[in-house]
Amino acid sequence: MIKKRIIPCLDVKDGTVVKGIQFKGLREIGDPVELAKRYNALGADELVFLDISATETGHNLMIDVIRKTAQQLFIPMTIGGGIKSTDDISRLLNAGADKVSLNSSALANPQLIKEASDKFGSQCICIAVDAKWEADKEEWYCYTHGGKKRTDIKTLDWVQQVEALGAGELLVTSMDYDGMKQGFDHRLLNKIQALVSIPVIASGGGGNAQHFADLFKETDVSAGLAASIFHDEEVSIAEVKQCCTENGVDMRNV
Amino acid sequence: MIAIVDYGLGNIANLTNAIRFLGYETILTHDEEELRKADVIVLPGVGHFKDAMDRIDAIGLRELLTDLEKTKPFIGICLGMQLLFQHSEEGDVDGLGFLPGEVKYIVSDLPVPHLGWNNLHSSYPGLDKDVYFIHSYKVVTDENVVATADYGQEIVAIVQKDNVIGIQFHPEKSGDYGLEILNQALQGGWK
Repeated sequence: MIKKRIIPCLDVKDGTVVKGIQFKGLREIGDPVELAKRYNALGADELVFLDISATETGHNLMIDVIRKTAQQLFIPMTIGGGIKSTDDISRLLNAGADKVSLNSSALANPQLIKEASDKFGSQCICIAVDAKWEADKEEWYCYTHGGKKRTDIKTLDWVQQVEALGAGELLVTSMDYDGMKQGFDHRLLNKIQALVSIPVIASGGGGNAQHFADLFKETDVSAGLAASIFHDEEVSIAEVKQCCTENGVDMRNV
Repeated sequence: MIAIVDYGLGNIANLTNAIRFLGYETILTHDEEELRKADVIVLPGVGHFKDAMDRIDAIGLRELLTDLEKTKPFIGICLGMQLLFQHSEEGDVDGLGFLPGEVKYIVSDLPVPHLGWNNLHSSYPGLDKDVYFIHSYKVVTDENVVATADYGQEIVAIVQKDNVIGIQFHPEKSGDYGLEILNQALQGGWK
């Protein structure tokens, strides 16, 4: 049967990997190509690069990063951040990306999801959803621009809409849990997975190996994603996989 | 020389990278002379079945591919494998028809696309580890099956009939093990 995936996420700004805590206070971590190779050797099942560059020059550096990484790395690579058009997607796929993840541009123009999935296939269109709970409204709302801008779009409506438009996968980040290292947002993830039939990657809150095992035991999501805990070597991918295996979760043997 | 058939579909950089990484020379082309000179023909593809067949027909490749298939090692990968078969539900169109069978949507209670690492099952040695799948349609055939995967239903993963090989998953995205399988296919496959 299909294995649950463990995915390190590398936030890349102007060609360098950085990761903020709850989307604030960026700090430098390192060379993306070297990090990608290291994660491949350590058993990562897939990599996500989020390009958080603010400039055209920064985005162009990302193309180089993808090209160099793809020449040396033979596991799936998803690229997100700053993607505005099918031309952008085409450039990324041609450089060696396997999937692209769209967030702000999809919320601004949902039709882009349909155009992109018609042109490149659903399988390479992942929609990134940054969700924040609002207790007074008892709803999650979608955020854009790296969690800085709130939209009026309800997360649980949006995920169904993007599936209907042809998205092949969801990357769901709980902004309430991100950076807290207290475990994943099972409530949000279960709500979403019950509404869609495409695979969901869970992000936000993974702080130790047991959190991943709990994620896969208590939700039906396909993958768990984390960044700083892997970059800072607080926990290794091998430890995560061993813990999951001990908890009866099927993992890929490398 | 390994010729990767260029019919205007994107996302073939990685297949080229992997074949080169294995030490082969590659050429991305739809030129008849180049294709006829090549030692192995690789038909790549991601995306929509009908779009792919339309593009193949638009540049007049169907007849040439049909001719090459009779004489050379011919490997279809992912959508490229599906194109080898007779017909697809995706766009309700005929494929190249080199192999008997149909391409159908994966109807499942599990998430679709069938996306991620899944292990192969085969009576051939060495075809038992995890490889990376990403597809919403599957090949349905009783013949020429070399390996399958289990996704609550049987997923045909590798087929081979003489010189024609189809690989549903992405060997170029399946780590070192995937590269081994790709190399085996380029070296003549499993029969």
